[in-house]
Amino acid sequence: MNALDVTLWVIVPYVSLTVFVLGHVWRYRYDKFGWTTRSSQMYESRLLRIGSPLFHFGILVVALGHIGGLVIPKSWTEALGVSEEAYHLSAIVLGTIAGVCTVAGMAILIYRRRTVGPVFTATTRNDKLMYALLALTILLGLAATVMANIVGGGYDYRTTISPWFRSIFYLQPEGSLMAGAPLLFKLHALSALVLFAVWPFTRLVHMLTAPVGYLTRPYIVYRSREDRAGSQPPRRGWEPIGRP
Amino acid sequence: MTRVMAQLAMVMNLDKCIGCHTCSVTCKQAWTNRAGMEYVWFNNVETRPGQGYPRTYQDQEKWKGGWELGRNGRLRLKAGGRLRKLLTIFANPLMPSINDYYEPWTYDYDRLFSAPVSEDTPVARPRSLITGEPTKIRWSANWDDNLAGAPELAPADPVLRKVSGEVKLEFERAFMFYLPRICEHCLNPSCVASCPSGAMYKRSEDGIVLVDQDRCRGWRMCVTGCPYKKVYFNHRTGKAEKCTFCYPRVEVGIPTVCAETCVGRLRYIGLILYDADRVAEAASVKDEKALLEAQKSVMLDPHDPEVIAAARESGIPEDWLEAAKRSPIHKLIFEYGVALPLHPEYRTMPMVWYIPPLSPVVDVLTNTGHDGEKAGNLFGAIDALRIPIGYLAEIFSAGDPEPVRAVLRRLAAMRSYMRDVNLGRDRDESIAAEVGMTGETIEEMYRLLAIAAYNERYVIPKAHAEQGAKLEELATGCSLDYEGGPGMGGPFGEASGEPAPVAVENFHALKERQDTDVLGRADELRGRVNLLNWDGKGMPDGLFPNRKEES
Ligand code: SF4
Ligand code: SF4
Repeated sequence: MNALDVTLWVIVPYVSLTVFVLGHVWRYRYDKFGWTTRSSQMYESRLLRIGSPLFHFGILVVALGHIGGLVIPKSWTEALGVSEEAYHLSAIVLGTIAGVCTVAGMAILIYRRRTVGPVFTATTRNDKLMYALLALTILLGLAATVMANIVGGGYDYRTTISPWFRSIFYLQPEGSLMAGAPLLFKLHALSALVLFAVWPFTRLVHMLTAPVGYLTRPYIVYRSREDRAGSQPPRRGWEPIGRP
Repeated sequence: MTRVMAQLAMVMNLDKCIGCHTCSVTCKQAWTNRAGMEYVWFNNVETRPGQGYPRTYQDQEKWKGGWELGRNGRLRLKAGGRLRKLLTIFANPLMPSINDYYEPWTYDYDRLFSAPVSEDTPVARPRSLITGEPTKIRWSANWDDNLAGAPELAPADPVLRKVSGEVKLEFERAFMFYLPRICEHCLNPSCVASCPSGAMYKRSEDGIVLVDQDRCRGWRMCVTGCPYKKVYFNHRTGKAEKCTFCYPRVEVGIPTVCAETCVGRLRYIGLILYDADRVAEAASVKDEKALLEAQKSVMLDPHDPEVIAAARESGIPEDWLEAAKRSPIHKLIFEYGVALPLHPEYRTMPMVWYIPPLSPVVDVLTNTGHDGEKAGNLFGAIDALRIPIGYLAEIFSAGDPEPVRAVLRRLAAMRSYMRDVNLGRDRDESIAAEVGMTGETIEEMYRLLAIAAYNERYVIPKAHAEQGAKLEELATGCSLDYEGGPGMGGPFGEASGEPAPVAVENFHALKERQDTDVLGRADELRGRVNLLNWDGKGMPDGLFPNRKEES
């Protein structure tokens, strides 16, 4: 394993993940007010109503697929009696449908952002960078899959990329596993790592606060003014006298 | 044991509203004069009949705001339950667009000065504040003010459509009145129930409904959830904002900005005690017409010893109980029985109530050559003039004309009774008796409605001293040491970072006022007048532009 491989597949992933985690913590502490989807639905909803669900549901399925492919070891699915062919076929079918939805949704959303005046005006430089990285990552991922399966005879990433991915979290990184992967997969992984590093500083943060708690909480929320009366907690030594 | 809670509530006496929009303008000055909120009016005054703001917001078949009864007889959000909300979160199909409100604009005033010399007077053309492009003004928050364009626009009024058949918009039979609206600070707020992140809440001390700006993620479901469309989406910050009942003011015992500045002195603010455990039950009575009585039955009598005991048990302080006894709201709803809620059929249990206007009736009567203030004539006319009554009933009592008729009869009785008093004639007790009142209560009601003394209109207990150290207005810590420091925008544009606490804004505004040696510097944004800390006394610098020679 040469120095470049160590840098790309060991150092960069750790830097990226550290920035991802600490960035979110910092942003949450410092900038709760900026933590929002910053929806542009007020300006335009006809295109958004097609593009946004297409993209979001698509990317959710894609994300689930990635978790399935990267996190669950091949030996587990084989123990369940799922053959490599069956796994591969279902991954390709589901992945293609979800991938096409994601890309179509994203195309509509980017077209909308570019052509609808108010939406374009509301787009910051930060947004543009985020869009570029996100689109790049998605397109590279799609290209890698298409190239591997249509042009080549399929690539079993579950023997190389997946163990590498898991090894990062075991803290025993095996960069050499990744060094042999096809170029498009490498590029996809790299651009994803860059995306993760800028993630906490973009509006993508809204993903981490997906409101699943809504399903179980009571409808009406009561809060006492005391919960957060001032904009700051009382300082040490200034706590008010409690009620008996 | 009942769980007693206190609620700050408002009543507006519509007969006295002259539609001047002072309330809207002062509210805007205090709360929504910021980028992203150009189109927002926490307080708006609409002419009825008319489409309202946003357009046709009362058409719940279209906008699906508020609650409805499910087949199992239980309350559910009209726009769909929790799962449906989450599934439509990526593009809310029921969200009004900016055009349903209006596209805000400004003028390129600069042209007036910079235009080259020419034959024609230069004009300042309107420019959209959304796109920045030159625009054509086609609609605003108030386009159909005073029935402007009514023959074309009023037929789209959802309330008018319900009473159609009797609708006559001919000039000689036209009627109109003004309806000032703020957030209702509902007992059963559907906006709170619709918020997926749980950022909206009802304050347990005074019932004010607020949006936690730090927890709002911009999912926009509250905008759909509120049937009155009184939660707004700030398109710059991506967060929801709404009427705050001017909490920094009422916490120190002064009325809201809209009430303080109302020229007609028609707004009343006071406490209502209610039984929090019975709200859901009352909001789910089957018959829409029974909702008014159901809501009244949830409100408790502050003079009843049992209620007082239960309230003490629930931790309501003594001075709040005193204020509840003196509450003008309780008097207007129960003792005089003249206030009605706005659209009780939305099942949110609104807490801004209205005294419906008698004026359309009096006007029509006077126009036909009758004595518009004689009791007999008025009583007869109230029943005969079915259009205004039906219309008012659709707004204030879910279509049931009886409660509106009862209120109008009482108002009519007051007019006739007090006319005799003012003309020095004998008091005619029979007029009072006919509406189930006594002359004495009529005179008390007259005092509250017509004289409307300041301290009788507003009975607002202060927020509690035990909590003083935590209250923003009295922060004992240094009010400048919050993260981000004073006056800093965050790294993600002006909307990011911690918001400046109210106390800090006020501190700067007051300091500026006390020690500046320049009068109202035009280049300094901070020099704007913050109506939030103006107590109505004196004239702060910068309220009006300086005269030329002084500056
Ligand atoms: S009127 Fe106010 S409290 Fe009621 S649902 Fe609307 S925003 Fe919520
Ligand atoms: S300030 Fe008072 S009188 Fe004027 S529009 Fe508002 S509520 Fe009506």
